[in-house]
Formats: sequence, structure tokens, C-alpha cells
Amino acid sequence: MATTVLAPGSTRTYRRSALYEWLTTTDHKKIGILYLTNSFLFFLLAGSLALVIRTNLALPELRLVDATTYNQLFTMHGTTMIFLVLMPFLAGLGNYAVPLQVGAADMAFPRINALSFWMLPLGGVLLFSGYFFGGVAADGWTSYSPLAEAKYSGSGTDLWIVALLLIGTSSILSSINFLATIFKLRAPGMTLLRMPVFVWTVMVTSLLIMLATPVFTAGVFMLYIDRNFGGAFFDPASGGNPLLWQNLFWFFGHPEVYILILPAMGVISEVIPVFSRKPIFGYRAFIFATLLIGGLGFSVWAHHMFTTGSVYLPFFSLMTSLIGVPTGIKFFNWIATMWRGKLTFATPMLFAVGFLSTFLVGGLDGAILASPPVDFALHDTYWVVAHLHFVFFGGTMMGVFAAIYYWFPKMFGARLHEGLGKIHFVLMLVGAWVTFFPMHLLGLEGMPRRIADYSPAAGWNDLNTIETIGSFIIAASVLPFMWNVFVTLRGPRDAGDDPWDGYTLEWATTSPPPPYNFDHLPPIRSERPLFDLKYGHGARRAIAAESATVEGTHS
Amino acid sequence: MTGRTEALPAPLHGARQGIDTALVGMLLFIASEIMFFAGLFGAYFSIRAEHTVWPPAGFKLDLALAAVLTAILVTSSFTMQYAVSRIRKGDRTGMIRAMTVTIILGVIFLAGQLYDYSSLGFGVSSGVYGTLFYTMTGFHGAHVLGGVIGMSIVLLRGVNGQFSARHHTAVEAVSIYWHFVDVVWLGLFSTLFLLR
Repeated sequence: MATTVLAPGSTRTYRRSALYEWLTTTDHKKIGILYLTNSFLFFLLAGSLALVIRTNLALPELRLVDATTYNQLFTMHGTTMIFLVLMPFLAGLGNYAVPLQVGAADMAFPRINALSFWMLPLGGVLLFSGYFFGGVAADGWTSYSPLAEAKYSGSGTDLWIVALLLIGTSSILSSINFLATIFKLRAPGMTLLRMPVFVWTVMVTSLLIMLATPVFTAGVFMLYIDRNFGGAFFDPASGGNPLLWQNLFWFFGHPEVYILILPAMGVISEVIPVFSRKPIFGYRAFIFATLLIGGLGFSVWAHHMFTTGSVYLPFFSLMTSLIGVPTGIKFFNWIATMWRGKLTFATPMLFAVGFLSTFLVGGLDGAILASPPVDFALHDTYWVVAHLHFVFFGGTMMGVFAAIYYWFPKMFGARLHEGLGKIHFVLMLVGAWVTFFPMHLLGLEGMPRRIADYSPAAGWNDLNTIETIGSFIIAASVLPFMWNVFVTLRGPRDAGDDPWDGYTLEWATTSPPPPYNFDHLPPIRSERPLFDLKYGHGARRAIAAESATVEGTHS
Repeated sequence: MTGRTEALPAPLHGARQGIDTALVGMLLFIASEIMFFAGLFGAYFSIRAEHTVWPPAGFKLDLALAAVLTAILVTSSFTMQYAVSRIRKGDRTGMIRAMTVTIILGVIFLAGQLYDYSSLGFGVSSGVYGTLFYTMTGFHGAHVLGGVIGMSIVLLRGVNGQFSARHHTAVEAVSIYWHFVDVVWLGLFSTLFLLR
């Protein structure tokens, strides 16, 4: 095990009740852990909804739930997974890691940081409180007009609106906080081009959130005004236009998918170099590709609206095809980083490699949809469901679990158990493929998304049954993870400060870090300051020599 | 292990160089606000483009009142900037006076807008033009109110003896916000009242 290189001297704190401390904390590390815990609870909730959906679809004419309940289920599942699970998971990881990685004492605005977090559980409660007021929203997470107008949906949609206003405000505030932290609180020597890749991805994500979410907020306000004050934004009878909602929604909704994937890519770019014992290949190309995704992300929203007939197909098709290029660059970065590296497959690395395989499929089956003729055929079929689950579950969730296994020793001073971690990984990977891959085939056969039932004559029985089995494998994969966390937290905190022989600054302090993180920082001369400190600056070229050194210090 | 860099305590980080962290936060917040209003303006222009007669028959605005209110709001930007220049020179009393004038001008604007609302012959629910008009001016009015509240807090802090030539970030921040609100109004005034 590597020795502590820069442990802070004093960690004196004053005592108060743990509950009071957690409810009022402004420490970015504690808020980060609160984010992760909250997201995981909503992950269990939204995952349970998915199990009901899948069980209902296991066999034709099963009718476990009626159609209205089914609509509510997929609406709540989608909304919760995107706004209360994936986004806050990534925000939580950013909260924990970004100040540590840039060598800051905390976020730029710690109290606003706490506010951003506490709006989330409140928003979640509001979202689900519809069950007590005549039913939750049932218009899908996209809440298209006119379905979401007052004529066709009840007060659940109003609660959906208010919840999303809260959650959107929370994201905007936290993105401003991240940007101010990254712009202003970097340690001396930490230039922009020495920042860890994860920090870069959080920065670009924050820019996307800051610029895209307010447009969504404006759209959601319009929906609220239409529903409650007799407005006519989306009502063609009074001069409005329902497509306006789609434009506003997807102007946010498409950058949103990059918001959900970029930090996961950042995590992978932290994990793969450390477990390959090499610096990341093409650091600058990676940063450039991230910026390019962020920029192009604002010019592709209308590919969700090809079939409306109101968008200029060649432009949006071209831009959508272009945005695959920077993602391709990143794939070559990751592969070249692993190429001839000294690979070890601890659980974080397994999830990173799992990310590469599933996200590649998810990316490619999305790129195919950039072609309008294909999109016309596959629009609103299960192909789209397959695509988004491959990128969100196979991509983002894999990245989130890679990060949790990677940073858990930093957060709690104990490494998660490797054996249980591997069981978790195998079940999750197999479950994801068994559940989501057959959706491609169903899409090609024309099965529409968001249907509660289908005809036995359609020939979709077998694939649906297989998917349902897969969804229960995914559910089972969560159990070893929860048991792992439970057992590890009860066990000894003996991981040490730098269990993975890491490269970046978070491993230079104790595990867990003290309040305000650092007493001293190593000199920062590259994007791997801790590696430079341990093995000498310039060692990056002498990979062979490095491997020999690592041999001696790695446990 | 060769050298060490002393970690700087958080306040010194901000003072290291360049613009104050809180001001960076305000500028980023305004960037997000610009996108919020961009959403509203985008809705306006996309619906405007689908209509040949605009504003639709039956919608009449009070251009004279709006012009007066515009003049008031633009003047308030100047008094606000005067308040900033006073506190930069360490003149807290001058800042307090100019800030008070700015708050009064902001309140007059809000009162004028409410009067305008009460005298117009259409409402939110009388067609898409009414919805757009009240939503856009209403959200702007809410931002004016927010600015008035922010300025009042700064004013109270000034009256209590805070702020000096070196330490007056809140004054700078609230002034940037107020100018932003003013610019949004100029956009609204030209869009709704002049361009048609």
C-alpha cells in the first residue's frame, strides 16, 4: 500500500449531534454524500416502478395494472430517473470530487450548495405527492402538449411542473457553484489545462445546465400558465402552437443527455489511467472533444422532432452525425490509454470497461437515428427505448458505480469488498444487456413505446419475457451492492489515504479528508500532480521505470 | 517528495487575482437568466412568425405610458451606477442617497406597470397575444421586484455602516443585476411596443 504523502497535520473539530451536523452541513464532502444517498434512494424507488412496468409487459394481455396506472408508472420512472437519480448522482460526485481535485477548501458558495441539495428531496416529495391528490402526472417525462394541457391531465401534472421548477433551480444553482469553484478556487499552479478530466467534464456539464435548463424552466412556466391561468401558448385554437413546447423542451432535453453522460465519461477518464498505470492518452484532444460535444449539443435538439415535419431535416441530421465524432475521439483516447498499459481489474475498472462496451452500443444505435429515413421508421418505437437505456443505464449508471467504488475509500476510509463488487458488476452488466438489447429487435419489429399491453398475435411475447427476466437480474444486482456498503461501513476503516496509487489531488489528503481538505498541496506541474510527487516529474515518459516502481509500492 | 505549496485559506483564494468570486457567481446567474428570457423571446418570435396580423385585432397597448416607464427605468440605471461610483470612492452617504433614488424609481416603475395592467383591455386568457404580453412583462416585473428587494438589503447594510471603498461586492453585484433587468426591459419595450 502506498504511504501517505501529504497527510494534514491537525484534524481538530468541535462536536455536535450527528443529525444536526448532517442536516445543516455546508461541507462539500458531506453534501456530496447526501446527494449520493438521496439519489440512491430514488434509484430504488424508480427502479421498483420499472419492475412493475416490465412485469406488466412480460406477457400479452396480462393487465397487472390498468392503462392509466401504467402511464403514471413510466412517467414517474422516467422523470425520477433523469431528474432525481442520474443528474443528482453526477452532481453529488462532482460535489465530492471537484473541490478536492482542484485543491480547493470547499465549493465557492457552500450555503447555496446546501440549498441546491435540499431542494431535491423536496422536489421529489412534491412529484410523488400526486398520489394523494388524484394521481401523479401521466404524460411521460417529456410532458408533450396538448396531452399535458388542463383538458387532458389532472393536478398531478401541476405537481410535476412545480417539482421540476424546484429541481431545475437546484441544478442551475449547483452549476453556477461548480463554475465559480472551477474558475476561482483552483490551487496555485492548477491551470485549466492541468485540471483532471473529470473536472473538465463537470465544467462543460455545468455550462450546459446553466444555459439549457432556464429555457426548460421558461417552457414549464408557460405550461403552468396555460393550465392554470387560461394561457394559450400551446393551444392552436387561440393562436398558440403545441410544437413550441417540443422546441423548448428539447432545446433543454438534448443538452440534458450530454449533461447526463459527460461527467460519467469524466469518471471513466479518471479510472482507466489509474488502473492502466499510464497517463490518459491525448489529454488535450479529450478536453477539445468535451468542449465540442458541449457546443454541438445545442444544435441537435430538433432530431427529436424529425417526424413533426416542422424542422429542417438536413441541418439537424448533419449536426447529429457530427456530434458522434468527438465521442469517437474519446473512445480512441480510452482504448489507447489501456493499450499496453499494466492493467488491473479492480471493481472500478470493471465498471469502466463495462461502460465502454454498453455505451458504445448505445452511442451507435443513436447515431443511426441521425438519418431521417431511419428515424421516420423507428420514431417512438422500442428502438428509442433501447438507445436511451443503453446510454443512461449502460453508460451513466456504469460510470456512477465506477465512481462510487473508486471514491468510496476516500469518502469513508474503507474499500468496498472486491468479491461482492464483482458479483454486482456481472449481474448489472448481464442484466442490462438481457433487458435492453432485445428492445432493439422489438423496435425493428415496430413495437411502439409507452404501450401498456400488446396483442399475442404481434409475436413480441418471447423478447418481452426475456427483457422482464433481465430487469429482475438488474434488481438482483443492487442487493450485493447494498450488502457490500453495509458490511464495509461496519468493518475497519483501513483503506489508507491512497489505496489505488492515484494521480490526482484527492488522494493527497487523508481518507476521509478533514474539513477544508488540505493543509499542504504538492506542487502542480501537470494533470497528475500526485503521481509527479510520488515518482518525480518527467516520469510520465518512462513507463517501464514507472511499472517497476509501482511493482514495489502497490499492495 | 521534493517541494510543497502552502494551501491558501479560502478567502485568499478569491483575492488572489481578478474578479471577485461572488461577482463571478452573479455574472453566471445572469447568464442563466438571459437564457430564461431567451426562452420567452423565442416563444414570442416563433408565435409571431405564424401570424400575419400582429398584434391580433383587439389588442391595444399604451405606448405613451410604456415610454415614460422606460425613461424611468433607464434613469434608474444611471442613479445605480452613480451609487457604485460613490462607494468606490468611499462615499457611503452618497451611495445611500443614490441607492434610495434608484429604489424609488424601481417602485414607480412597478406601480406604473400595475396601473398599465389594470387599464389594458385584455387579459392573460384573451388569446395568445395576451398570454405572451403578460408572461413576458410579468416575469420582467418580478425581476424588477427582485432587484428592488436586493437593493433594499444593500441599502439597509449601508445604513448600518457596512461597505467601504475596498469592500462593497454586494453593491457591485446588485448593480450588475439591475443593469441586466434594465436591458431586458429595453428588449421588451422594443419588441412589444416598437417593432410590433
